Amino acid sequence: MKNENIVSLKNISVAFDGETVLDDISIDIHNGEFITLLGPSGCGKTTTLRIIAGFVEPQNGDVFFDDNKINGVPAHKRQVNTIFQRYALFPHLNVYENVAFGLRIKKTPEAELDAKVKDMLRLVNLTGLEKRKIDTLSGGQQQRVAIARAIANNPKVLLLDEPLAALDLKLRKDMQTELKKIQQQLGITFIFVTHDQEEALSMSDRVVVMDNGKIQQIGTPKDIYNEPKNAFVADFIGESNILDGVMLCDRLAEFSGKKFECLDGGFEKNEPVDVVVRPEDVDIVPLEKGMLEGVVTSITFLGVHYEIIVDIGGFKWMIQTTDEQFVGDRVGLYIEPDAIHIMKKSEYSGKYGDYSSYSEEIDHLSDVEEEEN
Amino acid sequence: MKNSALGRRIIACPYYVWAAIFIIVPLIMIVYYSVTNPSGNITLDNFLLLKKYGKAFLLSITYALISTIVTFFIAYPLSYAMTKLKMSSQRLILMMVIFPMWMNFLIRTYSWISILANTGIINSFLVSLGLEPLKLINTPGAIILGMVYDFLPYMVLPIYTAMSKIDRSLLEASDDLGCNGWQKLKKVIFPLTLPGVVSGITMVFVPSVSTFYISQKLGGNKTMLIGDAIEYLFNIGPDHYNVASTLSLVLMVLILISMAIMNRFTDETDEGVII
Repeated sequence: MKNENIVSLKNISVAFDGETVLDDISIDIHNGEFITLLGPSGCGKTTTLRIIAGFVEPQNGDVFFDDNKINGVPAHKRQVNTIFQRYALFPHLNVYENVAFGLRIKKTPEAELDAKVKDMLRLVNLTGLEKRKIDTLSGGQQQRVAIARAIANNPKVLLLDEPLAALDLKLRKDMQTELKKIQQQLGITFIFVTHDQEEALSMSDRVVVMDNGKIQQIGTPKDIYNEPKNAFVADFIGESNILDGVMLCDRLAEFSGKKFECLDGGFEKNEPVDVVVRPEDVDIVPLEKGMLEGVVTSITFLGVHYEIIVDIGGFKWMIQTTDEQFVGDRVGLYIEPDAIHIMKKSEYSGKYGDYSSYSEEIDHLSDVEEEEN
Repeated sequence: MKNSALGRRIIACPYYVWAAIFIIVPLIMIVYYSVTNPSGNITLDNFLLLKKYGKAFLLSITYALISTIVTFFIAYPLSYAMTKLKMSSQRLILMMVIFPMWMNFLIRTYSWISILANTGIINSFLVSLGLEPLKLINTPGAIILGMVYDFLPYMVLPIYTAMSKIDRSLLEASDDLGCNGWQKLKKVIFPLTLPGVVSGITMVFVPSVSTFYISQKLGGNKTMLIGDAIEYLFNIGPDHYNVASTLSLVLMVLILISMAIMNRFTDETDEGVII
């Protein structure tokens, strides 16, 4: 039962006005899991969700629901419900009627409907607000109404389209916990779309990283963080130093002009590769103990740790450390073999430079609004 | 802060003057005339004459209701269909709806005479095909047609505006929650466009109920509507101003009552209502 696929996308392609939005993607979504489609705006994650909801018809490929092909089945006949980006609550109805909407369409008997709506409102902590108009609610409350309205229909799959994007940080954290709790309580499959990697890592059982209409990697949050498949994934998920390197032989890589022991293998002899080292995996050590040495060029205090930029032979590394350093210091760097992750070269190789200009993460955060359709 | 409030009042002054001269004073004069006789004595006799015009009132209301209903059933599906089209096509159709408003009301009505007349365009065409000519002009149908044609834009504009303002995601949400097309229309689209419908109905009903010229030209002077009665009384001389004013006053009260009833449908959602 556990690993049965509730939704399967097979070789889906979509183009809008001749522009490819999804390029031959396939995903199997397991019954009861919390799966996140993660990627920058325009990567096709929302389109993927809309295909499952029935709002977009793929030009190629098949959509299966519970092993039945559902291409062409209109949205209102699908056993999925959506939580929309800006909630899409009905302004002409009060909280109670919004939650009851789907049940009324199904002509649920009044007593059953009333019990269900009250149950849902209790689940999302909105008891007592039944008669309120939607526009008198705060963003967080509207979010809860949207959740209650969707799950009142007992969907087998709940689709969530960046549902937390409009909330402030504190509220977003609370809602993350709450959504996860609701998902576990109800045992429904959640398909969650976000551009926020932290959100994806903290909530999901599995994450689908997408870019340019293609799936870059599918895996558990740990997998995609620790074993990114290519430079895009490494860059998008967390911070990473991505270096050009050569795999001399199994378990021996060369980058930054030095040879390093590592745990990866299975590459050709002397194959060019991308090397990922996470900022938190680099230790600052006295010069004589360092495997690499460089000059500190900037320091940012972030509370838990310092984020320092170290220039090593012209490449700026980001390093997170709890030891205070000073700009201009020469420091040694030590990297454990298991902190070095080797990736095959891909179309993304070389696209992500070093940390000499450091603003990309901010870009990712500011472009929610532009997501296509 | 105080200054800007004062400033606003100063800026509003011309409006108050305008309103006083062109709205308040005429209203007071109508009320005054309606409760006096030609020699200026206060009397309620004018109201006793209303009985004579009962039929005209009834006819006016009937014609206005019918043409309002007809315009609604043309305008609503039209607006709905328009919002499904490309933006450029929407603008084109909207232009076509508004275009007749640029022409003079009398000319528009006259054009219908030449189309509907016994020897008009339609009948000439029928005769040339060897068919019997139809009786089109001077029928109640012709009056309704004239009213619908003249007032259609006032129904289309508010409904189309309300319709195009509906957030697309609300329609998707209703699909998502299981609505078929009809349920979507009934449960989501119609309630959300109701303020537009109410303004449309108000803006068509009010001028239709007080219209005059159309009925004379297309109805062939057989049907006297209340607007025609008022016009007639004003035309025959100052002695009849008083009764004409009384009729106007009663008509205004009727319109106010019907507007009040209409606005009950939208109570809090005053957005989009134009009065």
